[in-house]
Amino acid sequence: MALLEVEDLKVHFHTDDGIVKAVDGVSYRVDRGQALGIVGESGSGKSVSSLSVMGLTRFFKSARISGSVKFDGKELLTASDEEMRRIRGNEIAMIFQDPLSSLHPFYRIGKQLVEAIQSHRDVSRAQALDRAVEMLGLVGIPEPRRRVDSYPHEFSGGMRQRVMIAMALANDPKLLIADEPTTALDVTVQAQILDLIQRLQSELDTAIVMITHDLGVVAEVTDDIAVMYAGEIVEHASKDTIFASPEHPYTWGLLRSIPRLDLPRGEELVPIPGRPPSLITLPGGCSFHPRCPYVREAHRKKHPELDSVSADSEHVVRCLLASDTRRRLWRELQDGKAPAEARDVVGIDAEEVAP
Amino acid sequence: MIFRQPPFAMATYIVRRLLWMIVLLLVISFLTFLIFSKLPSADPVSLRAGRNATPELRASIRHTFGLDKPFFEQYRIYLAKLVPFDTHKGFKPPDFGYSYQNNVNVKAQILDRLPATAGLALGGVVVWLLIGIPVGIISAIRRGKLSDRIAMGGALVAISAPVYWLGLVMQYLFSSDIGKVHIFKGSGSYPNTGSLFTDPFHVAPTLFLPWLVLATAFAAIYARFLRGNLLEVMAEDYIRTARAKGLRERTVIFRHGVRSAITPIVTILGLDLGILLGGAILTESVFNIPGIGRLAFDSIQKSDLPTVQGTVIMGAFFIIALNLIVDIVYAFLDPRVRY
Repeated sequence: MALLEVEDLKVHFHTDDGIVKAVDGVSYRVDRGQALGIVGESGSGKSVSSLSVMGLTRFFKSARISGSVKFDGKELLTASDEEMRRIRGNEIAMIFQDPLSSLHPFYRIGKQLVEAIQSHRDVSRAQALDRAVEMLGLVGIPEPRRRVDSYPHEFSGGMRQRVMIAMALANDPKLLIADEPTTALDVTVQAQILDLIQRLQSELDTAIVMITHDLGVVAEVTDDIAVMYAGEIVEHASKDTIFASPEHPYTWGLLRSIPRLDLPRGEELVPIPGRPPSLITLPGGCSFHPRCPYVREAHRKKHPELDSVSADSEHVVRCLLASDTRRRLWRELQDGKAPAEARDVVGIDAEEVAP
Repeated sequence: MIFRQPPFAMATYIVRRLLWMIVLLLVISFLTFLIFSKLPSADPVSLRAGRNATPELRASIRHTFGLDKPFFEQYRIYLAKLVPFDTHKGFKPPDFGYSYQNNVNVKAQILDRLPATAGLALGGVVVWLLIGIPVGIISAIRRGKLSDRIAMGGALVAISAPVYWLGLVMQYLFSSDIGKVHIFKGSGSYPNTGSLFTDPFHVAPTLFLPWLVLATAFAAIYARFLRGNLLEVMAEDYIRTARAKGLRERTVIFRHGVRSAITPIVTILGLDLGILLGGAILTESVFNIPGIGRLAFDSIQKSDLPTVQGTVIMGAFFIIALNLIVDIVYAFLDPRVRY
């Protein structure tokens, strides 16, 4: 049985400017001890979807949430506030992008950990503090017994994120959601934090949802990768499949915009042209069409479904191009061709739409 | 790495601030002296001597007050008495001189008036905090709801109502001697002249109306300030973390939200209290409270320079001293503050 099962999740914000469809029909599942990476640009809905899993979008008055989020067989979207509170920080925990602003500046970190433990466990302050010290040691904070008395601003960025991880894991959650956990950190520290998350995942057997804009980050930690664009998942497959044979033009763009060791030296990094669309007035047809080098007239009208690339495959893609065409395009791109060249070589039919 | 400030940083800071305080008080005393000597509202000699005084009498008064000496000589004499330090005697109590008006010792006069002002100000502070803080918190939590709209509408009215008008209306309606409805027993248009500090149970009821009038605008300002702060704080990342930890919403709001939002209140509270200890002229006048504000007002009208100087320096001292206290207290409230 899946630990987390998200079905057709929609989170729409009703604002003065219109309805912001931050998440528009997202489905995924995470099994026990498994790690899923959700990748996308800012504004793709990756953070909002996980805040909804935590029940934190409830605090936005303008949010309208629908669909289904099942955790351990229990429906979370209809759970009461008190039921959700008992799950948050206890069975599902979360760490955030900026560990400095995510910790309360006025309280010692020991107190902040004790508070997290005592809100779910009926233990004394001293017992909770022992647990806090144990967790700080586990995440690699030197002299944890002494450091519990420090304030957040007395730690470096990497150490603060370790504190956040210690706090999140203090109650042995079954699922850890990490929202851009390394984005605000130095590159060298990023690697340490990722190693730590990976080590703890195998030691504690925690399932992980890792949200990031950086494919390099998920490459290290996760088993599966879901690529999000404009509030939808556009491609979802195992990590190896995503890196070896991606089929969505947006995923290609992401892969070509990160440096890779397996490509020839001097290979240029290619940014994806254009900007993410406004979530209030989404383009018609395929949401990615204004930025897609392979767009055909029909793609501006028909919205693609998330379909398997072949009958028994777990690899799903939301693209109107035929699977065969996509594979040939990716091969040409890997040979170092620019998208326009690849398109001309492969020769896409003017009205090509996947069946 | 642990970033901690060096030992004695706080002590060094306090000493530096105290030295600054002395400089500031000197500058203020000089400016007041300058203004009242060069731009007199009336000739103190004429006021003292009366309408039909002989030139000899006027000259003698002028000489007694020291007004016949050059300006800087006058200021030097004043300062020599004021500064609580003497090359011969060491420390000595500061001397503010004698009133031109009635020859009373200015320091004695101020000390005599201080309890009334302090009782009014401190009681007012308690009342406006008791009203302003809960209203601000509730308004922020229930933003946009009816209770928030009513509270903020009321706050706007309270800020707009002038103290002299509000004071008279309150007296007309509620004072126990001339009012229509006697809900505050013993709180009349002439509060008891006894001291709140020596006889609290007897004096406090007589001060209810003045406290309320003084506190109205302040309560409104504090409620609006706290509401704005709390709304801002509740959007902070650490509030999201507190919720993600699974804390009860009440804990999130009070321990994490209000704790941050209320800290800046300490700053404005210190300033406001300092200003009020220097005299709440309007409230004291409306309710006939013999405080420092009234003393200052009367002495300005009568060009009574020594008394004016005394009240100004006292007021400045309270403001500067409370500012310093606020800054020290802040270091304990916000661990990030360093000196």
